[in-house]
Amino acid sequence: MELLYASCVGLLVSCGVFLILRARTFTVVLGLTMLSYAVNLFLFSSGRLSLNQAAVLGYSSEYADPLPQALVLTAIVIGFAMTAFVVILAIRGRSDLGSDHVDGELPDKNKKVKV
Amino acid sequence: MTLLWIPLLSLFGSIISSMTGKLTRNQATGLTMLMPIIALCMTISLAPAVFSGEVIRDTFSWIPLLGIDIAFRLDGLALLFVFMILGIGILVIFYARYYLSNNDSMPKLYAYLMLFMTAMLGLVMSNNIIQLWFFWELTSISSFLLISYWWHKPEARKGAIMALTVTGGGGLALLAGLLLLGNIVGSYNLDVILASKEIIQAHDWYEVTLILILLGAFTKSAQFPFHFWLPHAMAAPTPVSAYLHSATMVKAGIFLLARFYPALAGTDIWFIIVSLTGLATLLFGAYVALFKHDLKGLLAYSTISHLGLITLLFGLDTKLAAVAAIFHIINHAIFKASLFMATGIIDHETGTRDMRKLNGMWKFMPYTATLAMVAAASMAGVPLLNGFLSKEMFFTETLDQQLLGSMSWLIPILATVAGALAVAYSARFIHDVFFNGDPVDLPKQPSEAPRYMRVPIEILVALCLLVGIFPGIVIDDILKAASFAVLGGYVPEFEVALWHGFNLPLLMSGIAVAGGLLLYTQRRYLFQFQASLPTLDAKYVFDASINAITKWCQVQVNVIENGSLQRYLMLIFVVVLLFAGWPLFEMNQLSGQKQLTPIDVHNAMGAALLMVGAISTVIWYRSRVVSLLMLSVVGLMVSVAFTRFSAPDLALTQLTVEVVTIILLMLALFFLPQHSPKESSSVRVVRDVGISAALGIVVASICYALITRPLESISDFFLANAKTGGGGTNVVNVILVDFRGFDTLGEICVLGIAALGIYKLLVNLPLLMPTSDSEGRPWAKERYPLLLASISQSLLPLALMVSFYIFLRGHNLPGGGFIAGLVTAVAFILQYIAHGSDWIAERLTINYRKIIASGIAIALFTGVGSWFFERPFMTTWFDYFDIPFIGEIELASALIFDVGVYITVVGATLMILASLGRLTVNAQKEEVNV
Repeated sequence: MELLYASCVGLLVSCGVFLILRARTFTVVLGLTMLSYAVNLFLFSSGRLSLNQAAVLGYSSEYADPLPQALVLTAIVIGFAMTAFVVILAIRGRSDLGSDHVDGELPDKNKKVKV
Repeated sequence: MTLLWIPLLSLFGSIISSMTGKLTRNQATGLTMLMPIIALCMTISLAPAVFSGEVIRDTFSWIPLLGIDIAFRLDGLALLFVFMILGIGILVIFYARYYLSNNDSMPKLYAYLMLFMTAMLGLVMSNNIIQLWFFWELTSISSFLLISYWWHKPEARKGAIMALTVTGGGGLALLAGLLLLGNIVGSYNLDVILASKEIIQAHDWYEVTLILILLGAFTKSAQFPFHFWLPHAMAAPTPVSAYLHSATMVKAGIFLLARFYPALAGTDIWFIIVSLTGLATLLFGAYVALFKHDLKGLLAYSTISHLGLITLLFGLDTKLAAVAAIFHIINHAIFKASLFMATGIIDHETGTRDMRKLNGMWKFMPYTATLAMVAAASMAGVPLLNGFLSKEMFFTETLDQQLLGSMSWLIPILATVAGALAVAYSARFIHDVFFNGDPVDLPKQPSEAPRYMRVPIEILVALCLLVGIFPGIVIDDILKAASFAVLGGYVPEFEVALWHGFNLPLLMSGIAVAGGLLLYTQRRYLFQFQASLPTLDAKYVFDASINAITKWCQVQVNVIENGSLQRYLMLIFVVVLLFAGWPLFEMNQLSGQKQLTPIDVHNAMGAALLMVGAISTVIWYRSRVVSLLMLSVVGLMVSVAFTRFSAPDLALTQLTVEVVTIILLMLALFFLPQHSPKESSSVRVVRDVGISAALGIVVASICYALITRPLESISDFFLANAKTGGGGTNVVNVILVDFRGFDTLGEICVLGIAALGIYKLLVNLPLLMPTSDSEGRPWAKERYPLLLASISQSLLPLALMVSFYIFLRGHNLPGGGFIAGLVTAVAFILQYIAHGSDWIAERLTINYRKIIASGIAIALFTGVGSWFFERPFMTTWFDYFDIPFIGEIELASALIFDVGVYITVVGATLMILASLGRLTVNAQKEEVNV
């Protein structure tokens, strides 16, 4: 199961990075979201994987590590705030610059191709 | 406590004097002088103890882990410098009152001067070398401000930049040297370092450390070849020059030599470097000074020469050399400050400092002339004046040294030559300015200076005479105390006296005076010879090298920073890949010792869904809606994974955040194109696939290596104390609101700031609104489906109740402020979707900014509340109460903190989505209107 988990994290990183390397803001936002899933899962796993051991006292004999969970919980919420900020920045950027290319303008060679 | 007050008072003085703009000149001057006078009185009260051999210390713990304290010490050397800094500082402030014209800002000059004074005081009294370095840099910065005081003059700006570059560069070398020194000794405390001479000098790093520290000292004290900044710093107002370039700034380097003399001196390398640098500077400065037509230029090079003399003395291996050096520090400060002030008067009264124009000033200002002549005679080393005494001591020491082996006789000869040159330029200062015929087209009709402008010079000249005639009475105590500190605890027998009988040093003095006068009378030939030499101003070399460095940097920047964010990101990922991937190759085995858990069907299905979702997101990334929907599958599976692996709180949070995120991105898609064009070349796609695959593999490997190793966690503490210390059984929640409550406070602040940022970004957004989607289908006009509207309305109270329940149980069961806040936000967002923001606005007038602010305030004040019970910030309190009909319940102050979290999350989430959502309505309305 550990192998499967690690592969999933790796796949999410790959997909996220690939999307981040695209040229359009929205895709980059999608990539960032994907990457933050991966990062959260990775951080969470630093407490190791355990089944049916929620860190609620009195409900099991052993408990999963609560510290990474607490860190990841706030990371999820802040991740949302940052995604929101970036996407609004993308909207603002598009309306100010007239393009949703990450560089703020289209590269010269593509000007003829793209309307 | 007293020692800290000395620099502190001067700092207060800086602040006070910067606010004296509305006062008269006399009031401003009086106020500014007040603080250093108090500090001087305090120092005088401490002096007897220091004279008796005591070292006064004052230490405040600052960063104990790094060995950095705020530590002051006052020994003889520090006392001497404090006297000079405060004494001459007070005189300069007084003098500046008459020097500045009405157009110059007096508060500005005074504030800078006092800041500089603070820096110098802190520097000489530091007992921690990191703190010493801090004040060292502060002297560079404040002297930059002082030199560029007349910022409208290009030469002032250039001079200031040059001084800052050279002394700042030296400061960096000094920092490196001090850090090495601290490393060798194992402490940054000066007391310890001064007592560790053997350890330091036996260490392998001794040479490097010494050279770095000397670089700092030599750049500051304008030693050859770093001397060139000092003449250009003469663009400063003359009071500033009188202060910085006689007694303080340039003496800081000399101070450093004296300060570390007990720890660093005594080796061959010290003697060779220090003495030869000093000798070269002494001769070079004295020679160049003779040819300067500008009065301040002459004084600047004479200062360089005298600093060289002091440095040379510190580099001589005789037992009284250091004493002579300290004595000359005092004497030079006194006569040079008075000469600068006299020059200021001449400049002030005639409008020029050019000695080719200034002649015969004796007739116009006999009083100033007398004072200046006495000071200049002291500079030349004429008997009955203080300069004579230390020069005599200097000659004696040069006769005593064995520095150059069999060629040691060269040094007294060269010293006599330098002495002759000093006599010559002093004679020029006196004769050219005050006699030598009549003035040549002066800008102003010269007259005697205002009465009080001369007072500081009178005091200093009186000191020249007093020290010169009664050295035993006036100077003995402080000189012995300072020597005691520099020589590390003993003072050799010596006597400062006017008359030592007919001996070799006296003969050298005689030769110097005679030779100097001869040189001056024959100067015509010297000037002709000098004119035939090519001129090389170090300024051009400096400018050229600065330009070359700037140009080179610009080229590098242009190469690396080409403006494409896409490329930067790629480079960042490649760097991450290298740094994260490299250690993996050095590991022997990837998997750890932990027992692997078997894969079951549920996990396999979940993982498959997640992978399909992730890959589909990438494959269909061009049609953005599809891609987004696929992404939401991934998010959902992540939340399922959290459920599966014993993290119910995370699962709930992820689920609600997922809903909000997808709604947000949907909204965003309304403003952005629904499709991405195909623009990446195949080569680029291959490259990106390569980078991302490699990164994925690296991260997966690290993750696998991590989770297959046994866990060593600090969490046992949290598990053990959650119930007893925090009063809750849901450990994750207790960590959030109690153990790590301060982090959570920071995090909700970030959330609030992000929401405010978004609000500001959306203000005045120029609308770029499509009337239809990218396929040309117009957006629907009936926006609010009836079914959704009615269901959502009845769902609202239910949803609120659920969120309230989740909130309340949070301390003991999965839930809490974050999750409850998100649930509430989702319930309200549903109303927005179903009814539109106008409908909401009619029924609910909420200012989300205030909600966010009040949420953070509640969390903050819960934390502050513990102060009232004399506990540290954010200590929680809880107890159990028995309430009739309900039974025993627990109340904890952490619950109030969680209310703050809840309110902030609701406010921030709603503000983000409602701000964007409102925009879509505006857009569509405009469309209808058109």
